[in-house]
Amino acid sequence: MNDFRLPLGTIVEGFIDYITETFGFLFDFIRAVFKGAFELVDVLLVSPPFWVIIVVAAALAYFTRGWKFTLGTVAGLVVILGVDQWENAMDTLALVLVASLLAIVFSVPLGILAAKSKVASRIIKPILDFMQTMPAFVYLIPALILFRVGVVPGIVATIIFAMAPGVRLTELGIRGVDHEVVEAGQAFGASPWRILRQIQLPLAMPTIMAGINQVIMLSLSMVVISGMVGAGGLGAEVVASLNRIDVALGFEAGLAVVILAIYLDRLTAALGTGGTPLGRFFGSLRRRPRAVVAAADDVPARTHEPVAV
Amino acid sequence: MTETIAVKADRLYKAFGRRPHEMVKKLTGGATRDEVASLGTAAVIDASFEVRRGEIFVVMGLSGSGKSTLIRMLNGLLDATSGTVTVAGQSITGIPAKQLRDVRRNNVSMVFQHFALLPHRTVIDNVAYGLEVQGVARAERLERASTIIRLVGLDGWADSLPSELSGGMQQRVGLGRALAADTDVLLMDEAFSALDPLIRREMQEQLIELQAELGKTIIFITHDLNEAMFLGDRIAVMRDGRIVQIGTPEEILTDPANDYVAQFVQDVDRARVLTAASVMEPVRSVVTITAGPRAALRTMRDLQTSATFVLNRDRSFAGVVRDRDVLRQVKAGETDLRSIIRGDATSVTPDTPLVDLVEPSVGSDLAIAVVDAKNRLLGVIPRVTLLAALGNVSTTTGELPVIEPPATISTKVITETLRETALEGAEL
Repeated sequence: MNDFRLPLGTIVEGFIDYITETFGFLFDFIRAVFKGAFELVDVLLVSPPFWVIIVVAAALAYFTRGWKFTLGTVAGLVVILGVDQWENAMDTLALVLVASLLAIVFSVPLGILAAKSKVASRIIKPILDFMQTMPAFVYLIPALILFRVGVVPGIVATIIFAMAPGVRLTELGIRGVDHEVVEAGQAFGASPWRILRQIQLPLAMPTIMAGINQVIMLSLSMVVISGMVGAGGLGAEVVASLNRIDVALGFEAGLAVVILAIYLDRLTAALGTGGTPLGRFFGSLRRRPRAVVAAADDVPARTHEPVAV
Repeated sequence: MTETIAVKADRLYKAFGRRPHEMVKKLTGGATRDEVASLGTAAVIDASFEVRRGEIFVVMGLSGSGKSTLIRMLNGLLDATSGTVTVAGQSITGIPAKQLRDVRRNNVSMVFQHFALLPHRTVIDNVAYGLEVQGVARAERLERASTIIRLVGLDGWADSLPSELSGGMQQRVGLGRALAADTDVLLMDEAFSALDPLIRREMQEQLIELQAELGKTIIFITHDLNEAMFLGDRIAVMRDGRIVQIGTPEEILTDPANDYVAQFVQDVDRARVLTAASVMEPVRSVVTITAGPRAALRTMRDLQTSATFVLNRDRSFAGVVRDRDVLRQVKAGETDLRSIIRGDATSVTPDTPLVDLVEPSVGSDLAIAVVDAKNRLLGVIPRVTLLAALGNVSTTTGELPVIEPPATISTKVITETLRETALEGAEL
């Protein structure tokens, strides 16, 4: 009984050791790139005075959802400022933005691939299941070995953890596009690339945006965990409060995470529906040239009733 | 050959399943669709037909008969498992994807059942889509698209989104998109099935007008027999993947190839499809104007009718005389039938649909005369014949009772009158 032991853990450990030695330069490179990206975004968020960030966030809130969301945003950010977590929150925000951006960059093309090819879908699905259900802490261990302590293992672990819904919902969205509309594209001789660009992606956009929203939310939850590997930000505060049994600090840092989460969720959810003031604004930009052409062609304005009703 | 044939399908098979070629092999060997059902679905079995340029060719069948699969093989959306499709003289089976796309851009466009418009694009951009794919410059394609928009009656809606339009108007956009691509062949897959009946009728009429104007070759799929009969120059009836009959609407209606077609067509609105020519009967009660009243009277007595058709000397249709008038004329010793010809006989052209014969038939007990362009009497349609045709009852079998206005004067009276007046010429 005790003789039976699958040496899976040892094998994985050996594998990680092996790639650390062999591909060390590659991981150093990735580390440099991720670190650079994080620092750039972090500088953008931390260096301006707090009110500039609040104004920008409020403006985004106004254009996506309207004044109620704007008020909520301002109030939330002021609370973060009031509990003295502003810099930590900005660090965390930078981490989330970089990690989710990278996760989206990887997950959307993978989702497209999975939608286009049944074989790819069959290979990708179990990997996603694995990535999503493996306890998030576990990713931190190899990430630590490969990228050393700091912000980068946090980003890498976050990307792996948060990618899955992006891939899944992209695939779902593209597969869910009305088959007849895709057929219409084919019937008029459009190439697969054109169909993807002009039909499948635009029509799948609400679902893809829901996926992106999920990616961002998962990033935020993972970013806190990655505080354990020295990624800094609110995560570090939460970990510290846990070590010291500091209820006050734990609540304040936790509340700051919640505020960021709600803000990012509402913001990205609104972008997905398209019925936002911002969406309408982009829509009007896109449609303007057509109105000009219509006028030039002397098409009469729509004043009469439709011919067939 | 290729000038007159726009689309040709030659022994087309389409099987869905793991081993489609094995299925086709069995089907060509005489297996039925049910016998290969364990291997998969045989959607189309041995379909061959030719569609002439400028023709409306309707493929009709119930759902599951394979008609949608068939139409999708005509532009290569589905690969034929076996057989060939020829479009504009070029075989499109087994050609590379890029070449197939060229055929779709330049030769065949399609209209879909649920419109399949791009919901995020305006009407004009939807109509211009085919041109955009063809690589036409933006200014030119918008100009051509706005011409088409006017043609399909969507003036002023160019900048609307499809969701702002009613179903009928959305399908006009779908039709416009196919027309704008300017291909010779139009495939229409249940194009009007999702529309309300009234709008469907309007669209059908408009399609026929457009077809007459633009001379497109249209392959139209429908499950609605009345639609097929209304639109089709020729109709292919499909059942269980096979084409069971190809013919003109009248051929299908009057001479169904088998019981299935017969059963299928029994619900059709026959009054709109059948024409006077297809139901008329030979004229029996007829005299020429020069034969005079005595001959007319004798004819009526022999046939036991109360009226007879009268022809001019050049065999053109003159009208009808009634027995009472003729009898009076004979008694009075007059000889000119012309003075008693009544103008109440209805004459129609051979291509008049039966629906237009009902009213005159109700209004008069006389048979309706069918005359050609030169006013020659081709045949007659008595009321009984019209009823029989509408009710799909054969008039050729069995003894039919009197089908012309029954005699109102007894044979005896006529015979006596003829004898009394037959002094100068003993011609009884």
